Amino acid sequence: MKLPSLREVGTEARLLLIGIPVFLWTMIPIYHMFLFAISPKEDAFSGKLWPDHPTLHNFEIVFKQQHYFLRDFYVQFWNSVVIAAAVGALTLFIATAAAFSISRLKVPGGRVVLNLALFTYFIPAAFLAVPMYRTMGNYGLLNNHWSLILAMVTIASPYAIWVLKQASDKLPVELDEAAVMDGATTLQIFRLVYLPLMMPSLVAIGTYAVLLAWNEYLYAFLLLSNDREITLPVALGNFLAADDSPWELLMTTGFIYALPPAAVYYAFRRYMVGGLTAGAVKS
Amino acid sequence: MAITLSGDQAIPGPPLSSRLTPAQVWGIVLLAPYLLVFLAFVVYPVCYGLWLARAPANYVALYNDPIFARAAINTLIFLVIGINIKMLIALFLSGFFAVQRPWIKWLSVIFILPWAVPSIPTILSVRFMLNPEWGVINHLIFSFTGDDGPNWLNDPTVALSMAIGVHIWKSLPFWTLILITGRLAISHDLFEAAEVDGASWWQKFRYITWPSMQTLYVTCTLLSMIWTLGDFNSVYLLTGGGPADLTHVLATLGIRYLRLDQLSLAMASIVCAMPFVLPLVYFMMKRLSR
Repeated sequence: MKLPSLREVGTEARLLLIGIPVFLWTMIPIYHMFLFAISPKEDAFSGKLWPDHPTLHNFEIVFKQQHYFLRDFYVQFWNSVVIAAAVGALTLFIATAAAFSISRLKVPGGRVVLNLALFTYFIPAAFLAVPMYRTMGNYGLLNNHWSLILAMVTIASPYAIWVLKQASDKLPVELDEAAVMDGATTLQIFRLVYLPLMMPSLVAIGTYAVLLAWNEYLYAFLLLSNDREITLPVALGNFLAADDSPWELLMTTGFIYALPPAAVYYAFRRYMVGGLTAGAVKS
Repeated sequence: MAITLSGDQAIPGPPLSSRLTPAQVWGIVLLAPYLLVFLAFVVYPVCYGLWLARAPANYVALYNDPIFARAAINTLIFLVIGINIKMLIALFLSGFFAVQRPWIKWLSVIFILPWAVPSIPTILSVRFMLNPEWGVINHLIFSFTGDDGPNWLNDPTVALSMAIGVHIWKSLPFWTLILITGRLAISHDLFEAAEVDGASWWQKFRYITWPSMQTLYVTCTLLSMIWTLGDFNSVYLLTGGGPADLTHVLATLGIRYLRLDQLSLAMASIVCAMPFVLPLVYFMMKRLSR
């Protein structure tokens, strides 16, 4: 075995000097959350870096809904699931149809619609929140899951259309032409040629929309207020309303809430990195 | 009648539906869902909002509201200082993560976590760490020095810096990832040639990496600035705009007015931001829709 040279050791040391702070910076807030989740209240509040008696008791309280703030935990969890799934499905439907129409069918005015969508994508979502809140009131949708679903679809679709349009432009035109020669109708081309080829991008966009909806706090807390209608992030925010918030339960619930998106992200990372980062900024 | 007399040139064209090919009809049908969403949830709210904010009195009220001025300054600090620090770190780390080592590969997987997990629990986690009485930071300060730590979120400057820190924590992985893809696109031959010529680390960055990444870097910075204008969570969940409404940014200020039932002020504050946002948006659209 060759001993590493002094220069190599120096390079390695310098890399570690960057790597260790990066690791700590990334992990501390997450570790702190995890620490609270497995600590009894006394340990959590005494600033210990590892609890004297690690316990799963907090999870038991959450799963048995044994606290005032948690009495609707399952309903709220289910609300989050339903809304995220609905936003994912609707965004995929709307954006795929629009991208197919603009990119493959060259519909007149498609370019204008694409630019309008892109424009919406760049307007910060928080700025649209105030008028959106009033609009949903005017439509009579406040406190209804549809208000959040439709708002999130509005926010997710522009980017979805844009990414899917870029991806469809890369499919060769000859495919459509060959299908038309064989007598395929437009719908058959969409279903049998277009959708299968677009699968990787569709997975990426579906995941994007689902995560966006699952993670959304601002719109959820503006549009939904009834305890049995709200999603988990709003319920987490409501913990802060009390002066003596049960922080260990808040962090436990937050930990449970953070697990699904992290799992989804890592499961689809392959698609996300290819489909989303390439689309996010074209240099 | 004139039409029948003047022969076949004047015969009105076939109805619209038969002038379009079936493919174009399908195109319109498939585009319709998005157009409906766009009209109902973008065009209508925006027009309605502008109509609500039409009275000049709103802008006078904003002008006289010290909280608005403070929020505008905070937003500028957030964008100009916060985003540039974030992008510089991202640029630096993109070089670090481009180094081929097994452990760096693993670290890059972990490094994505802040971006992959929702921001609410993690921001609240930081909020409790900064709690003056019970937070772990002040506990550590006490056990090492015997002194009570500062009341972090009670000082507007510190609280805003912490909010910027939380924002950086959350979005740094995303931008680093994008800059890594930009860096990996640079031909490796260039670096090898520079290595042979004995170029220093700085020379390689200055003459190879930066020229090929500067467009991407500037695009990312502008895009991040636009998006950060809408960053509600980092400020609202960490400081709630406090102490004494001194750490608001425009995103949280609009919601504050909304909660105080001053909807027209909320809209007016957003309209005030438009002269800054729209040029950025226009620039980004130019760049992306080529």
